[in-house]
Amino acid sequence: MAIPATPTPSPTGPPAPPAIEARGLRRIYKVKPTPVVALEHVDLEVAPGEFFGLLGPNDAGKTTLIKILTTLLLPSEGTARIFGFDVSREETQIRRIMNMVAGGEQSGYGILTVREQLWMFSQFYGLSRSDGWRRVDELVDAVGMGAEREQRVSTLSTGQRQKMNIARGLLNDPWILFLDEPTLGLDVAAARQVRELVSAWKAAVLGRTVLLTTHYMAEADELCDRIAIVDHGRILAIGTPEELKRRVQRESIFRVELDHLDAGGAAALALLPGVLSVAPAAADGGPVDRQTVGLNLALAQDGILASVVGALGDLGSHIVALRKSEPSLEDVFVELVGRGFDDPDAAEASGPGGTAGAA
Amino acid sequence: MSVYEFRRTVSPQAAAAWTPRQVLLTNLRAVGGRAYPRVHGLFREKSWVFFEVLLPFLSTSTFVFVYRALRAPPEYIGFVVLGGAMTAFWLNVIWMMASQLWWEKSQGNLELYFAAPMSIMSVLFGMALGGMVMSSTRAVIVLAVASLLYEVRFAIDQWLLLLAVFFLTLAALYGLGMMLASLFLVWGREAFQMSQLFTEPVYFVSGLNFPVARLGLLGALALATIPLAVGLDAMRQLAFIGANFPIGTPPPEVEALILVVMTVVFLVAARWMLRTLERRARREGRLSVRWQ
Repeated sequence: MAIPATPTPSPTGPPAPPAIEARGLRRIYKVKPTPVVALEHVDLEVAPGEFFGLLGPNDAGKTTLIKILTTLLLPSEGTARIFGFDVSREETQIRRIMNMVAGGEQSGYGILTVREQLWMFSQFYGLSRSDGWRRVDELVDAVGMGAEREQRVSTLSTGQRQKMNIARGLLNDPWILFLDEPTLGLDVAAARQVRELVSAWKAAVLGRTVLLTTHYMAEADELCDRIAIVDHGRILAIGTPEELKRRVQRESIFRVELDHLDAGGAAALALLPGVLSVAPAAADGGPVDRQTVGLNLALAQDGILASVVGALGDLGSHIVALRKSEPSLEDVFVELVGRGFDDPDAAEASGPGGTAGAA
Repeated sequence: MSVYEFRRTVSPQAAAAWTPRQVLLTNLRAVGGRAYPRVHGLFREKSWVFFEVLLPFLSTSTFVFVYRALRAPPEYIGFVVLGGAMTAFWLNVIWMMASQLWWEKSQGNLELYFAAPMSIMSVLFGMALGGMVMSSTRAVIVLAVASLLYEVRFAIDQWLLLLAVFFLTLAALYGLGMMLASLFLVWGREAFQMSQLFTEPVYFVSGLNFPVARLGLLGALALATIPLAVGLDAMRQLAFIGANFPIGTPPPEVEALILVVMTVVFLVAARWMLRTLERRARREGRLSVRWQ
């Protein structure tokens, strides 16, 4: 039964604890020849009901953090709590209210069918025999695996397997769901299905919390209410996707397409107050001999656009298209880290610990 | 209402506060859940019949023909057949109990088990229960076919005690398997080699194909430490009354008590080891495949 149950504080009761609260979290792996610092003094707070993302490249420390929060790993220093329960001392309580799904997960037994495998896991969460079968059947249908319900797990495709894993993660109706790179290795369609499944589940009941780790920027942008950008075991920035993007957008960038622009027109625009730069825009992958003139305008603020539009009218140019350019999360990452996600050389070069840690 | 709107509790704190009954039921259900793949796999993978029934049967037959060629007392054929039937349990314990947590870790199941709200002991009990059902089927087939084929004559006086000894042997054997599961996991990549190392020597010192009393001091040591040795010796004494049995081993009643002690010791040790293992694994990051 649907009970809107966001653990919001009652007027007289104590405030509800955060879904996730980490303070000074540090994790060192004692591996030879030198210990690896996978997390370095991480502070994090996630509210109940949030869809929170950890975005970072491989070896950023995302998986280490998720393993600590799912009680599979102890922190070397610091504390972490899930809905007020300490991950080091109250792991039993945490395990009753959470579930986890990892990308590329090969859990279970190939000899079982999809239905049997999910039922087996339902028993680990205490569902009765009949409730387990019923819940499994509902979830199998919900994740669109009705046709494969009696298929052996060993014969499933990667995408089917991951949908089954998502169903497994929802069996106990967790208050908090940890997703570690859930779309890793999936094709575009399967990844989209997985994202839709998780979003639908999350949206259905108030108070459900999701922690997602990913190194797919678009995935984090699409799904998450807030994102922490992680690299070399440190959280570099936390905010909504919009807030993070605003960090790197110090000026307003507009792309304008004109029917024509006379010689000297761009220079005239550049002289307007508040116009920081005017540059010819490259075609969007189209043919070079296009019929319009494209300009990239960097303005001190959005309001300057009005004077630019007026000036273009004075110059006899008509606007064919106008759009504001938004920075991507990748721009944010580059701004914060000084390198892109796929820059392995730079990944080795800096950061606490100096070496790549557990992802 | 969609399936996603299913909600059993009103707050995380309420969801985390389980009653003792809930804890007990969850662990019992986990036992059944983990036994399921083994019990149902028995009927699904037909090749196992070949590997785990026919091959042990051939091995047993070899000793039968050797004893016949040497004109050994007829009860020795029975000893071998009984030993051959019990082989299924030892193989199951060493390959599908002792090595299992290591395999579960390789498959990524182990961290899901630890992240679930039941005790890992329930998972081990489930494996043991499933293994017993699986191996009992094979043991019964070997026992029935070999007894008919080689005309084994059982002389049983104390049926109840024989059954009790059989079940105590299984309890102690699988208790040992549960204990070894933790040990093998700590030893890590060597689990496969450890299983091989344990297979043949235990066959030998347990006296699977001959009365363990023939081993003298080594046999006595086996009776004190290996459930298969003491259980098999007791079952032989009970199943072949009046046979030309070598002296030197305790009466079956005493051996039954030894099995009880073994069961308790192994189960307590398994529980302690699992707790120690989990603490150590969480501290050192050994629950997942990386960093082992």
